Amino acid sequence: MGNPNVGKSVVFSRLTGVRVITSNYPGTTVGFTQGLMKIGEESVHIIDVPGIYSLEASSEAEKIALLIHDTGDRIINVVNAANLERNLYLTLQLLEKNIPVVVALNMWDDAQYRGIHIDLEKLRELLGVPVIPTVALTGQGIKELVENIPGAVVPAKSTRNHHERWVEIGRIIKLVQRISHRHRTMLERLADASVKPFTGTVLAAVVLTCAFLVIRFIGESLIDHVLDHFFKTFWTPVVLSISSFLGGAGVLHDIVVGHISGGEIHYIESFGLLTSGLYIPLAMVLPYIFSFYLMLGLLEDTGYLPRLAVLMDTFMHRLGLHGYAIIPTLLGFGCKVPAVLSTRILESKRERFIAATLISIAVPCAALQAMIFGLVGREGGQYVAVVYGTLFSVWIIVGIILNRMVKGFSPELLIEIPPYRLPTGRAILLKLWMRVRGFLIEAVPIILGAVLVINVMHVLGVFSAVASFTSPVITGILGLPSEAVTGLIVGLLRKDVALGMLSTLSMSAKQLVVSSVVLAMFFPCIAVFVMLLKELGVRNTMKSSGIMIAAVLITGGILNIIL
Amino acid sequence: MADNEKLLSLDRMQSGQSGVIDSIQGGYGLVKRLSTLGIRHDKRITKISSMFMRGPVTIEIDRVQVAIGFGMASRIMVKIDE
Repeated sequence: MGNPNVGKSVVFSRLTGVRVITSNYPGTTVGFTQGLMKIGEESVHIIDVPGIYSLEASSEAEKIALLIHDTGDRIINVVNAANLERNLYLTLQLLEKNIPVVVALNMWDDAQYRGIHIDLEKLRELLGVPVIPTVALTGQGIKELVENIPGAVVPAKSTRNHHERWVEIGRIIKLVQRISHRHRTMLERLADASVKPFTGTVLAAVVLTCAFLVIRFIGESLIDHVLDHFFKTFWTPVVLSISSFLGGAGVLHDIVVGHISGGEIHYIESFGLLTSGLYIPLAMVLPYIFSFYLMLGLLEDTGYLPRLAVLMDTFMHRLGLHGYAIIPTLLGFGCKVPAVLSTRILESKRERFIAATLISIAVPCAALQAMIFGLVGREGGQYVAVVYGTLFSVWIIVGIILNRMVKGFSPELLIEIPPYRLPTGRAILLKLWMRVRGFLIEAVPIILGAVLVINVMHVLGVFSAVASFTSPVITGILGLPSEAVTGLIVGLLRKDVALGMLSTLSMSAKQLVVSSVVLAMFFPCIAVFVMLLKELGVRNTMKSSGIMIAAVLITGGILNIIL
Repeated sequence: MADNEKLLSLDRMQSGQSGVIDSIQGGYGLVKRLSTLGIRHDKRITKISSMFMRGPVTIEIDRVQVAIGFGMASRIMVKIDE
């Protein structure tokens, strides 16, 4: 346990070998993770929890930490050595409990670099528990920490009130800490500039534009020069021989290979398991997952995100949120499941409801965005711009409406801004690999399943039955071909497959724009829906869905009329 | 209060100005919450910046930066350095 952004998750990873997402902003961890480690012959459970400043919770994530802390036999209190004074408040509170504590004085290198000298012997003596200096990022001190876990003790019992704790901390700091003066570094000057109104806004515009351009560039290059090429050169002959093995036609052939004609494979439209089923996730979506999470990882680890939160705060208040809600929102551009989960960093139920609803309605995930770039982009960049412009307007308008409608008010921003750090290549790549791997093992099977379901439903004629039933809405209001309903249904499984399927309906550019917007806003895929139920509860998820349906029909209808 | 002591709320301070926190005009809850972030009576504080349109104020205490909403910032009274 420890304050936010002191490196608890990094220490945890070091101790257990369990990989967890780590970043340079308070509130990266919003749930708990368990791992095993060996101490001597014994296997022990280690639990990583969200950060807290004191044993009083102000957000959902902090409540989780508090619930867990009573259940442990021992507490490893991770402390930021560069900010000992403030961190000691929680340490003293923990020492007052009847649980043995060992203190990891993390970011030890950072403290030394900043000219902060801590007398370890004295600190051990004053706290009455083992204190181990560590640099979790490099692994320094972890071995000593492990050796000292069995030696954790409950110090002489004392209970203090709020005021007395600060008096005690003042006494300890006076005895153990010495600070030598030092000039401000380049990074610190940049840090100051990032939260000033003018330079900050310029910097944010530059950072976000660059991020967007780099994501497009890497994603596009991977598709054009690597993956598409691979499929056309190496995979096509394999599929063609399988096709002739299956007799070139029939139900099984259509499911496995899809519709191909004359030795040419149209990877998006054929819709077989081995064609579209693999091409969509691997050659269309994966490159963007890769490039998006690479950039997000960089933004997370440098420590830029909390600064963006400060800049966006005034604006976000109009949507009933405060600036920190920008973090779950940005995560949503990757995948909405972790995004909805991370709304736990927000303080009130009201904010969490608004943030989760806005994310599920107006933020397109990376998989869908990749397909929008791929399919709508073919018709021209202006159509992609219409899709994004519409979703952005929906985000703002729905936010303003929710802010007026939902009772209560949004609490004010109060966040710690971590120093800028140069991200390490290892940490960035590890995190990227975890997220890409997550996509490969979780999303690809679902995509294949979705393609299979589509084919089976098609054979059974389910879709045409539904299509005739829903056509008043689909055709009447949204102006889409009545079969488009099938795409919306498939969208419950995966948005990427759904848009791929819609693109086979030979729609006009306008219809493609409308269906992309509708698909982005209409029910989030089932994984997100389950997450919403878990995080918001049944009633609020229903409310959120009601708002969503109204928003989809209004937006789709308006687009249909004005385009 | 002596003449040479200037008391300002955090939102009215200039960027770059420093001082010592004199008082926090709020309930026990606010005082406690701010204190766990290092913002408490008698601490040296430097204002880094504030955003326009009553946006958050960024300060530095003990080499740590904290962003504070405008409303909260207006309740933190600081004794400005000469």
